[in-house]
Amino acid sequence: MRVYSAVYIAGLRRYSTYRAATLAGILTNSVFGCINAAVLLALFSVRPLINGYDAADAVTQVFVCQALVATVAILGPPLDLGERIRSGAVGTDLLRPVPLLGWWLAEDMGRATFSIVFRGVPTLLIGTVLFDLLLPGTAGHWAAVLASVALAAVIGFALRYLYELAGFWILDTRGIWAVVGLVGPVAAGVLLPLPLFPPGVADVLRALPWASMIQIPAEITLGKESLPGGSAAGGLALQAGWAAALLLLGARLTSAATRKVVVQGG
Amino acid sequence: MADLLARPCGGTVERLTRPARVYALLAWTWSRALAQYPASLALMTFGTALGAVAEIFAVFVVFRHAGALDGFSLAEGLLIASLANLMFAAADMLMGMVEGLGQHIRSGSLDVMLVRPVSPLVQIATDRFAVRRLGRVVPAAAVAGFALYHCDIDWTAGKVLMLPVLVVSGVAIAASVWTASGCLQFFVADAREAANSVTYGGHALTEYPLSIYGKGVVYAVTFAVPLAFVGWQPVLYLLDRPDPTGLPDLLRFAPPFVAVAACTAAALLWRLGLRHYRSTGS
Repeated sequence: MRVYSAVYIAGLRRYSTYRAATLAGILTNSVFGCINAAVLLALFSVRPLINGYDAADAVTQVFVCQALVATVAILGPPLDLGERIRSGAVGTDLLRPVPLLGWWLAEDMGRATFSIVFRGVPTLLIGTVLFDLLLPGTAGHWAAVLASVALAAVIGFALRYLYELAGFWILDTRGIWAVVGLVGPVAAGVLLPLPLFPPGVADVLRALPWASMIQIPAEITLGKESLPGGSAAGGLALQAGWAAALLLLGARLTSAATRKVVVQGG
Repeated sequence: MADLLARPCGGTVERLTRPARVYALLAWTWSRALAQYPASLALMTFGTALGAVAEIFAVFVVFRHAGALDGFSLAEGLLIASLANLMFAAADMLMGMVEGLGQHIRSGSLDVMLVRPVSPLVQIATDRFAVRRLGRVVPAAAVAGFALYHCDIDWTAGKVLMLPVLVVSGVAIAASVWTASGCLQFFVADAREAANSVTYGGHALTEYPLSIYGKGVVYAVTFAVPLAFVGWQPVLYLLDRPDPTGLPDLLRFAPPFVAVAACTAAALLWRLGLRHYRSTGS
């Protein structure tokens, strides 16, 4: 356990050194938030209600999305693991006294923690200053949102871990990113909030893991009935299910990969 | 290749066209290198093409729900989105790699470029030249053609002649914005993502009729960062639409002049940045 917390803190500290980059990130997330919010406000001023979403819901989702998008890293960057698999440096990782998955999970959770506190929260604050956001009013509701964000970060890690793990079989994972870098944002509700899609399509997308990174946390923030089971508990259960399933799959594939891996060179 | 790179002097015409020829040569070299992995290149080009499709699809969904935004119909909205996509994608392909400047400064590879007898701007712009970005231009051009056909446009000889001029100007303006925002990294090396708010943010902004953002934004992207001349003013010109924000109609003839001014400004900023540059010594 001490190893994991040390790796976690190292991840946190590593990203805390990029101060200018963090400021630049907040600026970019806020600018995109404002652009997307303006488009959706123009749309909802013509059609005040679309599939249960109104203007305030949509703008809130836009800023929850911008606050989360770096934390769950749905648009990248990929884990360094992929490059280490390609170069063979993963051999060093495999020698460590902790499992590969746990090591990278701890490191990435450090990154995610720094990202949500110093990038996500300021972005959301800028959103509340510029727009009327529908944020939770009770401590219990905030706790649900926090749990949802934590699960979203774990799912974000597990998916990126799986993408990079594919490198054990196909070496170059850029092709995978070319596909998931596109499917992910659409299915997660980054491109547009899912309620803007036809209800049948939206329900299918909501059940996929990508939605659990953005759309489900946004709906938990908004307290929507469109969540699975109609409540925040249902949404959290879906997220926990995906987190567990993807981590388990990651662990299984890791052992399959390490049984076949031959580290090149020496 | 060595022949072209080894002769920095020559006649006036040759000296003036040299950067363009070197650019084409280096871009071709990188494209051939990437083509050594044909399956990977094909997949990534396809992925990039789908990216443009997804963005235009989002505009389609919004307009389908709204019917019309600020008096712009679905076909007109698609025209705006596809033209913006087309020009930004072309600019991204030509000059997008400049956003990697910070990485070149950190790793010291900019120093290597400075000792070669080719403009460092050309070298950076062609570094790992992403020919896959053509994948974005194709669907955008297809949708633009479709939208031009379905929009109610009074095609005069002037408009037919102006269309290519407007497209070239738009690409030049977008490329200058890309270059200029990349140059910021000479001064703040970690600023790559801040530049994204102007480049990709500008792209996202111009995908919709600019008037929906309100007058303040329209004035800013007309007079400060000239993104309004990339897609918005040309579309107003093609549709014979008065400017909804009350700016003079004369502005829609400005893109070629704005393009020249923007390219000059970007070139000056690049020189200023390069003079400011101190090697990290690594």
